[in-house]
Amino acid sequence: MSNTSTINSQGPLLTNDGVPLKESLRKSLRRTKIRSFLLILVPLLFVLLLFVTPIAQLLSRSVDDIKINEAFPLTFAQYEVWEDKSILPSEEMFAAVINDIRITHKIENSEGRNIGKNLLGRSGTRMTYEYSGWRSLLLKTVKEAIKVDKKSKEEIKPYKWDAPYKERMIKRDKRWGKVEFWQSLGAMKDPYTMGYYLNAVDLRYDANKNIIQKVEYLRVYKTIWMRTLQVSLMVTIFCLILAYPVSYLLATLPMRISNILMICVLMPFWTSLLVRIVAWMIMLQQHGVINDTLVTILPCFEGMVNLPFFGATNIDLCFGDEDRIPMMYNFTGTIIVMTQILLPFMILPIYSVMRGIPPSYMKAAQNLGATPTWAFIRVYMPQSVPGIGAGCILVFIVAIGYYITPELVGGKDGLMIGNFVAREMQQTLNWGLAAAMGTMLLFAVLALYWVYDKFIGIDNLKMG
Amino acid sequence: MPETEPVVQFENVQKSYDGEILVVKDFNLDVAAGEFVTMLGPSGSGKTTCLMMLAGFEPVTNGNINLKGKPINNVPPHKRGIGMVFQNYALFPHMTVAENLAFPLEVRKIGKSEREEKVKQILDMVQLGGFGNRRPMQLSGGQQQRVAVARSLIFDPDLVLMDEPLGALDKNLREQMQYEIKHLHENLGLTVIYVTHDQTEALTMSNRIAVFDDGIVQQCSTPEILYERPENAFVANFIGENNRLMGTVEAINGDQVTVKTDSGDIVVATKINVNSVGDRATLSLRPERIFVSPTKGRTPNTYSAKVEELIYHGDHIRTRFSVCGHDDFIVKIPNSIDNVSLQEGKQVNIGWMPEDCLALDG
Ligand SMILES: Nc1ncnc2c1ncn2[C@@H]1O[C@H](COP(=O)(O)OP(=O)(O)OP(=O)(O)O)[C@@H](O)[C@H]1O
Ligand SMILES: [Mg+2]
Repeated sequence: MSNTSTINSQGPLLTNDGVPLKESLRKSLRRTKIRSFLLILVPLLFVLLLFVTPIAQLLSRSVDDIKINEAFPLTFAQYEVWEDKSILPSEEMFAAVINDIRITHKIENSEGRNIGKNLLGRSGTRMTYEYSGWRSLLLKTVKEAIKVDKKSKEEIKPYKWDAPYKERMIKRDKRWGKVEFWQSLGAMKDPYTMGYYLNAVDLRYDANKNIIQKVEYLRVYKTIWMRTLQVSLMVTIFCLILAYPVSYLLATLPMRISNILMICVLMPFWTSLLVRIVAWMIMLQQHGVINDTLVTILPCFEGMVNLPFFGATNIDLCFGDEDRIPMMYNFTGTIIVMTQILLPFMILPIYSVMRGIPPSYMKAAQNLGATPTWAFIRVYMPQSVPGIGAGCILVFIVAIGYYITPELVGGKDGLMIGNFVAREMQQTLNWGLAAAMGTMLLFAVLALYWVYDKFIGIDNLKMG
Repeated sequence: MPETEPVVQFENVQKSYDGEILVVKDFNLDVAAGEFVTMLGPSGSGKTTCLMMLAGFEPVTNGNINLKGKPINNVPPHKRGIGMVFQNYALFPHMTVAENLAFPLEVRKIGKSEREEKVKQILDMVQLGGFGNRRPMQLSGGQQQRVAVARSLIFDPDLVLMDEPLGALDKNLREQMQYEIKHLHENLGLTVIYVTHDQTEALTMSNRIAVFDDGIVQQCSTPEILYERPENAFVANFIGENNRLMGTVEAINGDQVTVKTDSGDIVVATKINVNSVGDRATLSLRPERIFVSPTKGRTPNTYSAKVEELIYHGDHIRTRFSVCGHDDFIVKIPNSIDNVSLQEGKQVNIGWMPEDCLALDG
């Protein structure tokens, strides 16, 4: 044998040329490495552009509070020196607000177009998240503060309003005299804020930046989060219960029959989501197929009966119009429809794992004396766990961010967090809050992934 | 072997999967206690099917299988108490070796301490003492095979079935395992039904071999008889190496027949299953029973042959002759001093005794 392969107790292994073996191995691998890196370069860029960038955007937007700090630098500087925050601030702070407005109002972008007015408007919106009323108060004040004295003969015409401002402002709008407005500035004074996250779980900052609960009637999100978890869990469990036997049949029936069954499983994938939801609406409504059928076919019996153990009993078996079961536009509707829609996501991974379990295991177990049931529990089921894990994770992850189904069939008590993200995006335009909620969803999913890895092991995950 | 009741009895068993083709046609076999019976046959001849019917995983289409005198057609697999080694071992991958071995004891509700005792004992028996905590995947093929055998024995079954248990192993390991299984059989007094399509394995291990073809047992006897006195051309051809000359029966004279080969040579042979003059016959000759340049008058059948090819095999030399119109006539010549003079292209005499030449069906 040459010295390339013998283990030399003195020093590192050398090749025939005297180069350390490791180094020569590294060199020989470098070219393959570079080539494979070039191969993945395009997909890598694609992922960066379309996946990492939006997530980074999402993260930054959920904590971003720079704009308002650009608009009101003097005010926030004064806030720092405001000592007793339980009483109204001094004249300097009122003056700072007016000065900030007057400076910001004139900000122009590089092309010379005014962006200050827009910035003030958006600041008003931002301030309203902390204390409602800020926007109208600010816009009203802006209008007054920038009025100039047209009659003045000077080159630069002076403003109509001049110091002292405190009295004037309170006279113009009584809200300037409410200390709560001033206190709420504390939550905005840093360029980065956790405010959106707090908002998403019904918390807020007080004047001293302590975290406190929101007032009772504003607490909405916590219930929504809980309901989102509840719906996702229930849908996952129902999917599992329904999918397991179906997958077992798919995996064990003769090819000819299982193919037909497979087509039935995949059929929903080939149908538009909306069509399926509408179909469910037709089925589940107050006057839908199911309720109508129940009303028509259930026997109507009412009257006294002599039962063996209970004696004479009044029995009312009528299923009338007033007994129609509400299955749509509520929690039940969301659960039913989501379970149906997500079922294939559970069936496919379980099926693919089950198909890989050779039938000889069940035979061996029975041959060794186990009843078919016991063989199934002890031998078959444990081997299908990777599929169950994958299916559950998949369904749960898809369910937790679901939007369209609850929107259409969820009514009021079937809405999930996804619907509120959409609402913040489209209606209230509070993108910061929407971003915070989205980020929380993302981290919930990552946490789930981590827990799974910890307890079952991600290598055991088989997606199909 | 004492004349006791057979452990297993197949009575006119037939099996069809699709209602069109009989995979097993009229299968009869008695296995006595302590016997090692091998089912040998080409692929697709129905060996696994027979085992599966015996183990209870395939219903018998027609006929009866008796286990210790009782018909078992309607007994579910888990109540048959038959040990089985599957072709791919079927060790449960999610359990350790010890858990695999304890499984049959567990379902029989045997206490924990006794269970551990037995597992330890059987692991030692198959020489895997320290491997109890490993997963099957962490064992080599031979070790897995031993675990599979141990698992099929741990609940003391009356009968053990092995379906090509050594199929996945390399030649050396295979030979070693053959001995180990053989020793287990002898030491524990097991009754074994073994399936293989390796004829050497069948010959070395079994008390009796049932040669399968086309769903029928062609012959079932001891290895010696199978080799020395095959009952038909299929068996002669399937077991061991064999030269075949085709011809027509010219005369029958008690045990002996005279056959005229297709090339016109007259051969005297032993009558096995040819019936009347004019029948087609296959003459079967073992390559090691041929004499090269026999002394005159020693062999009644002597013919001139041309040496076509010599292949050196160490202990013997395989020689290909053309003789009696057959150019693929193999003779194994022992590598001894007198036999080194053969050269390719030379013409020599070869001959054989009538008792070594069997006249079988054509
Ligand atoms: N489940 C089944 N359904 C239909 N036909 C089958 C089935 N199992 C086996 N067969 C057929 O029955 C015949 C015998 O099969 P079997 O498995 O018994 O052969 P074998 O002798 O064990 O062959 P091998 O040596 O290859 O294992 C084959 O022709 C096979 O195609
Ligand atoms: Mg087989």
